[in-house]
Amino acid sequence: MDLMEYQAKELFAKHGVPVTLGVVATTPEEARAGAQQLGGRVVVKAQVKAGGRGKAGGVKLADDPDEAASRAGDILGMQIKGLTVHRVLVAPTAEIAEEYYFSFLVDRANRSYLCIASVEGGVEIEEVAHTNPDAVAKVSIDPVTGVDEAKALEIVATARFPADVTDLAVDMVQRLWAVFIEEDASLVEVNPLARLGDGTLEALDGKITLDANADFRHPERDAFDDSAAADPLERLARDKDLNYVKLDGQVGIIGNGAGLVMSTLDVVAYAGERHGGVKPANFLDIGGGASAEVMANGLEIVLGDPGVYAVFVNVFGGITACDSVADGIVAAFRLLEERGEPVTKPLVVRLDGNNADAGRRILDDAGLAGVERVDTMDGAAERAAELAAAAAERG
Amino acid sequence: MAIFLTDRSTIVVQGMTGAEGSKHTRRMLAAGARIAGGVNARKAGETVDFDGTELPVFETVAEAMAETGADCSVVFVPPRFTKDAVVEAIDAGMPLVVVITEGVPVHDTAAFRAYAERRGSTRIIGPNCPGVASPGASNAGIIPSDISGPGRIGLVSKSGTLTYQLMYELRDIGFTTSVGIGGDPIVGTTHIDCLEAFQADPDTDAMIMVGEIGGDAEERAAEYIAAHVTKPVVAYVAGFTAPEGKTMGHAGAIVSGSAGTAEAKKTALEAAGVRVGKTPSETARLMRDIIHAL
Repeated sequence: MDLMEYQAKELFAKHGVPVTLGVVATTPEEARAGAQQLGGRVVVKAQVKAGGRGKAGGVKLADDPDEAASRAGDILGMQIKGLTVHRVLVAPTAEIAEEYYFSFLVDRANRSYLCIASVEGGVEIEEVAHTNPDAVAKVSIDPVTGVDEAKALEIVATARFPADVTDLAVDMVQRLWAVFIEEDASLVEVNPLARLGDGTLEALDGKITLDANADFRHPERDAFDDSAAADPLERLARDKDLNYVKLDGQVGIIGNGAGLVMSTLDVVAYAGERHGGVKPANFLDIGGGASAEVMANGLEIVLGDPGVYAVFVNVFGGITACDSVADGIVAAFRLLEERGEPVTKPLVVRLDGNNADAGRRILDDAGLAGVERVDTMDGAAERAAELAAAAAERG
Repeated sequence: MAIFLTDRSTIVVQGMTGAEGSKHTRRMLAAGARIAGGVNARKAGETVDFDGTELPVFETVAEAMAETGADCSVVFVPPRFTKDAVVEAIDAGMPLVVVITEGVPVHDTAAFRAYAERRGSTRIIGPNCPGVASPGASNAGIIPSDISGPGRIGLVSKSGTLTYQLMYELRDIGFTTSVGIGGDPIVGTTHIDCLEAFQADPDTDAMIMVGEIGGDAEERAAEYIAAHVTKPVVAYVAGFTAPEGKTMGHAGAIVSGSAGTAEAKKTALEAAGVRVGKTPSETARLMRDIIHAL
């Protein structure tokens, strides 16, 4: 889960990273009150999980509370990279002497951690890496020993932070390391890390990505839940513990296993090239079990997408037996009928692997309306794309 | 022969008494794996019956190794206890630790992986993986044993179901070993580790490598293949249609900006002379053609 700037700053503050929290506002009135409370010149910043907020016009200065309200009015409701701005952060302006960059992240390539630091901050670090690679310091970190004072000093020296901020920087690096480890983050980024006019350091912006696998260690994360901002179907899927990603195509996809479902999306997209350009409408992994209830929940979510014209259920029975998956589909149809949401869109089912014959027989015997059985993945994708294209054309 | 796991491997199961652990211990036994027992400090001294096979529960991994000569551990314990379980196995000097558990925090994996590297005597496979199957010899994990028999192909994959799918499609040829390395951002054993072992294994004639979006493991594997692998390699990459910034089921399956795309992986692999199938079925066909031409 990515955090918004104001949430990241709250975690910074918790670990003593120097930061100014400001006031979060969801209306221009709240922004006015916030600016009043802070006094003086403020900056009004869009709170969305996307980079490039400044370029998109989501960061504005305001000289007084009225102007803060008016700027907040401009920014709230704005779209930045497809995300609607529901909140702004009103923060006091700072007198910036220099801008640095700092991050800790999971280094997949070296299966370890990496610290990236630069005295050229305030711009995208990829840009600095491109134009002035020598200004970007990369220091790898051993997960067993982590970042102690000596390691922090090494980082600060490698990044060539000015001598007169060394002590402050070493302290800040260790505090950011505490954020990274203790909050179970896979990314902690400060850009800009500012040196202010009075010589102190402050995190003027922050980005944190939390590792969802560590949610069990962090009950306090519930406060960061932004399900209200998520797609309603994605929210429903999360409530039902299903792994669902909404896309914008016409062929609904249900499968077992993340790799197989990703592969199914690709195969459907290839088939779609031959059938009016239809595309996969979603990613939905029902996992190993695939009981009737899980299958019914999955169908409910996929069919709840008005953009879906046909559904492809692609199951390879590895641990799961295909006959129990077929039972699940039959029961899911009944369950949905009982819920008053009978399945009316065509469904193409491919069952292969463990007990495939028995599973296919169950489906054939059930004679569910609109369900077609195709026994190869490529053939079934082709048929699902064809059906979706035909239905989309009819409207 | 097979890689990592052979008919002489003796397995202990950490988490054998749990629901998943006991279900899969039964399946591994049925697949012919030599299982010496389980480890659970709270149930030490008890035995568990698996359809007539009585398996002892040991207090520690070290005790299980001393008593049985076990050289492989399969870990089914829940995510919050996984790190401690793996560290215990590393401390005991367990040569192979297969971590099936899904949902392990990445900091825990980073820590036990680095620790294993430092100690230098343990290979970790996983986490969040289906394990290792050497058909006809042994099975450590959850790969169904009846999908395919022994044969000449070596397979390494980030995905469980795609492993099963490809083993099934090529069951007429069979496999030396299939290794599910897992779909997390940090894993104990990489594509490269497996390619290296398959290259050295006299019974493996050709390899299949299954990758997916996220990270650059496939690109690194492509470089390795170009420099070190002389046996034929066929690859499959999943996730061409995955949108940027969304995690697709596996914790590590995410395109970040322009990094980690399926297209980049395919391009790198093809540049290394690897044939990349467009679908799993086409991948199987490419492999069948190669085996028949050998």
